[in-house]
Amino acid sequence: MNENMRTKRWGQEAVETKGWWLAHKWLVLRRVSQLGILAAFLVGPWFGLWIVKGNLNYSLTLNTLPLADPFILLQSLVTGHVPEKLALIGVAIVAVFYLLVGGRVYCSWVCPVNPVTDAAGWLRDRLGIKGGAHVSRNARYWILALTLLLAGITGTLAWELVNPVSMLHRGLIFGLGSAWMVVLAVFAFDLFVMNRGWCGYLCPVGACYALIGKASPLRVTAVKREACNDCMDCFAICPEPLVIKAPLKDATKGVGPVILASECTNCGRCIDVCSKDVFSFGSRFNNAASMAGVARAASKRSTQVGSAS
Amino acid sequence: MDSAKKSVLAARRQFLLDAARMAGGVGVLGLGVGLHAKQAKALPPAAIRPPGAGPEQDFLGACIRCGMCVRDCPYNILFLARPEQPIATGSPYFVARTGPCEMCEDIPCVKACPTGALDHKLTDIAKSKMGLAVLVDKETCLNFLGLRCDVCYRVCPLIDKAITLDLRHNERTGKHTIFEPVVHSDQCTGCGKCEKACVLEVAAIKVYPVKLAKGELGSHYRIGWEEKQKAGGSLVAPEVEHQYNLPEGMRYEHGKGLSSGPPGTMATPEAGVDSLRSVVPNPGKNAAPAGNIPQNIPGGGLSSRMSDDAPR
Repeated sequence: MNENMRTKRWGQEAVETKGWWLAHKWLVLRRVSQLGILAAFLVGPWFGLWIVKGNLNYSLTLNTLPLADPFILLQSLVTGHVPEKLALIGVAIVAVFYLLVGGRVYCSWVCPVNPVTDAAGWLRDRLGIKGGAHVSRNARYWILALTLLLAGITGTLAWELVNPVSMLHRGLIFGLGSAWMVVLAVFAFDLFVMNRGWCGYLCPVGACYALIGKASPLRVTAVKREACNDCMDCFAICPEPLVIKAPLKDATKGVGPVILASECTNCGRCIDVCSKDVFSFGSRFNNAASMAGVARAASKRSTQVGSAS
Repeated sequence: MDSAKKSVLAARRQFLLDAARMAGGVGVLGLGVGLHAKQAKALPPAAIRPPGAGPEQDFLGACIRCGMCVRDCPYNILFLARPEQPIATGSPYFVARTGPCEMCEDIPCVKACPTGALDHKLTDIAKSKMGLAVLVDKETCLNFLGLRCDVCYRVCPLIDKAITLDLRHNERTGKHTIFEPVVHSDQCTGCGKCEKACVLEVAAIKVYPVKLAKGELGSHYRIGWEEKQKAGGSLVAPEVEHQYNLPEGMRYEHGKGLSSGPPGTMATPEAGVDSLRSVVPNPGKNAAPAGNIPQNIPGGGLSSRMSDDAPR
């Protein structure tokens, strides 16, 4: 049985039917985005070509465009400090952007920790490591609340002392020091302790962005869900598999095909690995359950109501 | 009905258990991070914050660790703290001994700060208070040993204001002068150029965060001569002239030293003018804060001094 699972890799079917590129398109684009953003930050200190100054907490692009991280600025506000104009403009731009494209686009397209945890997830699958700690997916929101509480109590940006996201990004640009140990710890945690543990359960940065993108128009949608052949590849590859289930499988309950859960990172891996091209990027507003599904759902509901009375 | 009630109870129990589990786990994490944050507030003395940084507590809430100040420092003296350093991770600092602040007139680091953690109201670098220089070791300072090193004094951007050389007698040789470097906290910006320039193996003059370097008087303390200046005259009335126990015919005056001659002959013109000036506008006002010169003290009375002044 185990042997069987090892012979068939996730997404193999998609590679066979669609070809390598279409089965990896969004993954490659995502890596290009992550590396490109990092490179834009690095060509300054490395080659003296200053495209972007600063780091993901706050940056100034071409000496004109300010961008600021809402999570860190929120913590700073809680400590009682009101920032200067540039930071406020920067945070407004960032907030509006992620409001439109989906908050956790930050996680899958920008964050430097994502390749680390993706690698851990990939290796975990390769080595066949199963099980581990169980924590609620809501833990991140609790930790988000905790970081704000800590900022208020200590009067300092306490989470910044341990935040692997800013530590890694700042480290790559300004000097890593022992931050690599923190990154290694996250990698080992995801590999041995919890599948997709850091990004999927704990990280308060991702939680904050998930809240920002709660109503984002750009969503992944299971628009051709009738074609699903239950191969489970999307569930296996998705870092947040809970978000897929209802839109993909609950057409009969009148659930629309759009993945509305804000935990979805819009990474597009499900689009890649599906050999039937069930998924695609779309708008959250095209979310009508198919007529057949609605009809079925309505009849089901009426029978339920009938039986209850 | 009964089973439904049971399942509701079970669900409630599960919910409470889940909530407690979460609060417990997150609480442990929070305690760890919180205690760490408490320790991270203690800035090591060698780490000096850039100009415009407020008290450490405020700075650590306002600074978002973006490194813009580091980037815009033309002399590359600023660094962001790494996790293994005992400075809040990601916050900017410089080390005076290896790279002091060059005190740019346009203060680019402050302008670059997006949050105002480096206060944008600071526009005159000479008014910044990054730290305070302290001559920590008089036993090794070459000037205290009687040499004319003077390097800290010479490199000070506010020479003769932030550091002065105070002269005093060299008791050891009996014929030389000690030029003691004295730091004045009201002028010193804490740039650290003196510490950088100190020629010793380990600097005898060092810049420390103001909080570590500066004493503070009790809030009820008043400095007599300052109050006197503010009030325009002595606050004690009548002002008692100091009585010296001197041999007959000798006279002592502050600033002039010992001399022979009847009391009053050494009175300086300024003193005379002073006493005149202070008396004339307030005739007969003994207890007035200004110009209350004692009228009837033996040996130093006003009348005798005035008569002494008269011939000159």
